[in-house]
Amino acid sequence: MVIGVDFVWLIPAFPLLAVLINGLVGHRLSERAVSVTAVGSVGLSFLVASATLVQVIADPAPAVTALFTWIPGGDLVVEFNALIDPLTAVMMMVITGVGFLIHAYSIGYMHGDSGYARYFTYLNLFTVSMLILVMGGNYLVMFIGWEGVGLCSYLLIGFWYERTSAIKAGTKAFVVNRIGDAGFLVGLFLIFARFGSLNYSDVFSRAGELSTATATAITLCLFIGAIGKSAQLPLYTWLPDAMEGPTPVSALIHAATMVTAGVYMVVRNHVLFDMAPLSLQTVAVIGAATALFSATIGLVQYDIKRVLAYSTVSQLGYMFLACGVGAYASAIFHLVTHAFFKALLFMSAGSVIHAMGGEQDMRKMGGLAKHLPKTATVFIIGAIAIAGIPPLAGFWSKDEILGAAFKHGAPVLWFMGLTAAAMTSFYMFRQVYMTFYGSARMDHDVEHHLHESPNVMIYPLIVLAALSLLGGLLLGFPPEEGWIHRFLGPVTGAQAVPAGRQEAHAIGAIDYILMGLSVAVALAGWMTARQIYLKKPETAGALASRFATAHSVLYNKYWVDELYDATVVEPSKGLGRVANRFDDRIIDGIVNAVGNLTQAGAALSTGFEKYMIYGLLNITGYANHIAAAILRKIQSGQVHHYAALLVIGIFILVNLYLWFFDNTTVALLLSRLSLNGGN
Amino acid sequence: MVPLSYYVILSTMVFVIGVIGVLIRRNIIVILLSIELMLNAANINFVAFSHYLQNINGQVFVFFVLTVAAAEVVVGLAIIIALYRGKATVHIENINLMKG
Amino acid sequence: MNFAVTDIGAVLPEVIVAVYACAILLIEPFLPKGRQEVLAYFGFAALGVAFYGTWNLMRTDLTVMNGMFVLDPFGNFFKLLLYVAAAMTILLSMEYLKREGIDRGEYYAFVLLATCGMMILVSASDLIMVFLGLELMSIPFYILAGFKRFEEKSLEAAAKYFILGSFSSGILLFGISLLYGLSGTTNLQALALHLRGAELQNPAWILAMILLVVGFGFKIAAVPFHMWTPDVYEGAPTPVTAFLSVGSKAASFAVFLRVFIEALGGIQSDWRFLLIFLSVVTIVLGNVVALVQTNIKRMLAYSSIAHAGYAMIGLIVGDSLGIFSLMIYMLIYAFMTLGAFGVVMLLRREGVEGDEIRDFAGLARKDRLTAFAMLIFMFSLAGIPPTAGFVAKFYIFMAAVNAHLTWLVVLGVVFTAVSAYFYLRVVMVMYMKEPDEAVQLSAPPGVVMVLAVAAAVVLLLGIYPSPFLDYAQEAVLKLR
Repeated sequence: MVIGVDFVWLIPAFPLLAVLINGLVGHRLSERAVSVTAVGSVGLSFLVASATLVQVIADPAPAVTALFTWIPGGDLVVEFNALIDPLTAVMMMVITGVGFLIHAYSIGYMHGDSGYARYFTYLNLFTVSMLILVMGGNYLVMFIGWEGVGLCSYLLIGFWYERTSAIKAGTKAFVVNRIGDAGFLVGLFLIFARFGSLNYSDVFSRAGELSTATATAITLCLFIGAIGKSAQLPLYTWLPDAMEGPTPVSALIHAATMVTAGVYMVVRNHVLFDMAPLSLQTVAVIGAATALFSATIGLVQYDIKRVLAYSTVSQLGYMFLACGVGAYASAIFHLVTHAFFKALLFMSAGSVIHAMGGEQDMRKMGGLAKHLPKTATVFIIGAIAIAGIPPLAGFWSKDEILGAAFKHGAPVLWFMGLTAAAMTSFYMFRQVYMTFYGSARMDHDVEHHLHESPNVMIYPLIVLAALSLLGGLLLGFPPEEGWIHRFLGPVTGAQAVPAGRQEAHAIGAIDYILMGLSVAVALAGWMTARQIYLKKPETAGALASRFATAHSVLYNKYWVDELYDATVVEPSKGLGRVANRFDDRIIDGIVNAVGNLTQAGAALSTGFEKYMIYGLLNITGYANHIAAAILRKIQSGQVHHYAALLVIGIFILVNLYLWFFDNTTVALLLSRLSLNGGN
Repeated sequence: MVPLSYYVILSTMVFVIGVIGVLIRRNIIVILLSIELMLNAANINFVAFSHYLQNINGQVFVFFVLTVAAAEVVVGLAIIIALYRGKATVHIENINLMKG
Repeated sequence: MNFAVTDIGAVLPEVIVAVYACAILLIEPFLPKGRQEVLAYFGFAALGVAFYGTWNLMRTDLTVMNGMFVLDPFGNFFKLLLYVAAAMTILLSMEYLKREGIDRGEYYAFVLLATCGMMILVSASDLIMVFLGLELMSIPFYILAGFKRFEEKSLEAAAKYFILGSFSSGILLFGISLLYGLSGTTNLQALALHLRGAELQNPAWILAMILLVVGFGFKIAAVPFHMWTPDVYEGAPTPVTAFLSVGSKAASFAVFLRVFIEALGGIQSDWRFLLIFLSVVTIVLGNVVALVQTNIKRMLAYSSIAHAGYAMIGLIVGDSLGIFSLMIYMLIYAFMTLGAFGVVMLLRREGVEGDEIRDFAGLARKDRLTAFAMLIFMFSLAGIPPTAGFVAKFYIFMAAVNAHLTWLVVLGVVFTAVSAYFYLRVVMVMYMKEPDEAVQLSAPPGVVMVLAVAAAVVLLLGIYPSPFLDYAQEAVLKLR
């Protein structure tokens, strides 16, 4: 690298400065001063990050820059250092770019809140932590960021602490995250035990020395961390609850950046994961299962933000699926596009909530398109993007992941992903129709006060909408050969291609078929949603019936070719009759069946969530409490009981000693535990 | 000459009596006495070993232990008196305000 | 038998502290009531002079008084820590004693005497000195625990601590007498020589070793010898509790380490797994029982039990990295614990004990800075970066990984995650609950100073610990 990279420290330094200013004197400053400081700092970071990106494009070799020696000590010296390579550059662009837009949006959204300065302090602190997480040149620096984002997430979920549910959600998020962090930390110590260093460069260059078993142990521990942070099965429960926080927070932390930290971490450590096929398989299976599972839940939610939350969990599942099948660049590609459209969806949902005076129940919305035309437009763009309809961003990245899964030789995972894609499309358009179309179901009072959000909220949405429209094409076209794949190539290596597929680099027939299927299921999901939520008599009305006609036209276009083929000898009258009957019986039948199925599936999965996951969490909690209650009983307050326990302690130690030295098997076991535990 | 083991057996018996006294007696003053027994069991050991090993260190240790024991008793009695003033009891089962 | 003047020089810090303590006792009757806090400045002077002395002797390494007393960087590291802890305790006490109506001058004398005992403890090189140091530390603590002598809880704490403390001393002493009988010496170096390459034929060795483990385990509050901790912590005056949980624990760990590594190092394989067992049950029980506590002092007591379990890992590892990590752990633990108790003291006001967790409700509204300081201490105790508590745990676990005790690390890390729950509860109550009533917190300058120093050190050690670590490392190299 020609120019030194030391200036990258400016990227986290700007928001950190803003944290100090707003944290110390923010409550005395005007809203304007606070927002200028906060938003401006992230804007400056974005500029520096862009400069870094330009430089990395010129020279993609990884560059390490150390700020100071953090932990000195004998065998282990840990520097507070940064590693700048294409992966970091991409992540920094997402964090500062999308972060900047969300900060700007927050100016309008949080206007008038009593905790205005506090909000921006936390948000900037989050940006700092997230930047440290992706910039860190060793595991320990990453862990600081890792804990820091969890902490900020906790503070921001509980931001409106007047609500008990917000406090509970914040605590839940933090504790669940800590479970994951424990796994991450254990992995970190295992890495140190094996390599004697925590620097990425040392670890990755010597990764070949690992045995498969050790690599599996390390990567599984790291993956536990990713499960917690990125809300995968079975630790995903905190994310939907996290929607108690302000909506821009949901957009920034619980959709665009923090929850993708797990994906980043897996990609960063792909050298280790590549050595552990079992871990990769686990990652892929958990990813696919999460994608499908949370999509089913998303089908029946009525809270506008919860749908998006489950959708986030589901999309993160796709990213892990990509990691699991070795398509690391695709995972990051999807991470980037997802950041665009999910931030867009969340913030336009926020705009809706803003307009509705805090109402989040979609059953009390409807017909908002005519009141909030701009919001509706950008939301629909986001919905199309996430549904995977070309040429919007989501299509390219999601299709690539599904293709990679299929070609990796995992048709079951591919099918799970495809099913989830159909559901994604379904619930997104269900949301569109329930919110923006149909009859208005809100009070007259609310309806009277409906207003489009201020420009400071709309402009970021427009930028994100543009990115959602074009981002996929710009970054990832042609598939698997796009700019982002070539750019990330030095980090992720060539896309891990199974042997025998090297020659098929050009897009072949199989790719087109897979692509067609993706599009087909996305459209099917859309159509089903339209059918159910616009055609049902409850939502009938002039608008609904007009759309119903439009639908049947569209429908006939879609099926008509096959119908013609099948009934080529039928008279045209018969054709009309068959078409009608088809419309009456079969379509309704399909629609009802889909409806029942999704209801049943969702009931099943919410039941699973309610009784299994929470049950398990509660059992752990109760077990702890019961144990604590029993142990408390020993603490009777009676001195002679204490003295007796002390004497019992002596007996325990003596017996332990005798037992230990008399029983050779136990001795062998214990000595193995303490001597070879490291490997 | 009395064999060393006799002394060790004696001191162990005294020590165990002291421990059991602490465990089963309820009067704090008796507990205090039992603790003194434990300390003196150690003293018997020190003196016996010192004589047996022809090494003066053990007897020096005994002097220090005696001094410390005296200081301990002084403080202990003071605490007992203060306790008695407040509660009019030196029964150990009655001091259990704090538990759990 | 020779006696050099340099020997006096080596023990000068101890002598200074003891002389000042006696001076305080002498002056105290001549001071009018209500002017007793002058004596606190005597205490600062004693600690300051001793600090200066130890600072100058820092890099010396010699054994004096016929092998009774050793002056080395390891001991000096702990002494410096003890001076700071004692000074912070006095700072915490000044206002507190007045408010409680127990502002008697001898309080400061006892604090100094206990400090002197700890200093002897960390420098002891002979079991006689170990025993004397332990008693000189404990006896003033028995008195200090019952210093609120019109309050039943305080007296109860004193009585419990006294009975169990002297009980454990008796057990320790019996162990020492057995060691003496077996080896013919009470000197740690001579014991080490005796044990070098020796096979343990006599089971009395094992008994003696176990009795020592019990005696020291009691002082560091290792399960199952921890039972006194919650009751005494709750009942004792809060500054005493702080000093007890910091000074007493640090000094006891220092002597535990010196006796077991230096003297009994030869039979490490015999005691290692016993300590592993103790460490595991201590970590588990401390963290689990802390979950259900409603009194913050009891919660901190269980937290201190759990921390003892973590610190024991450094002792179990026993190599230079292990010792080093234990020293760092004690240093960091001292500051975060003192800070946490300092915040607890601020909540004490007329008619309200202020030591229930619910008393923290809405603290962030009433006093932003205090709440923020408490947040730092809680996060540090929970081991969350970038606070010092993380650095401490990191070193301990790193040492264990190096010694191939990975499974112990896994257990420790998992229970660190559990501990986040109860530390976080305090933060949650402070930041996310409405205050019950509008009350003005009084903030005595002494307490504010302690909080500021502790918070600054906890943050500094978390973000840039190098200078402290360098010194600790040097100290370890000398010890080995």
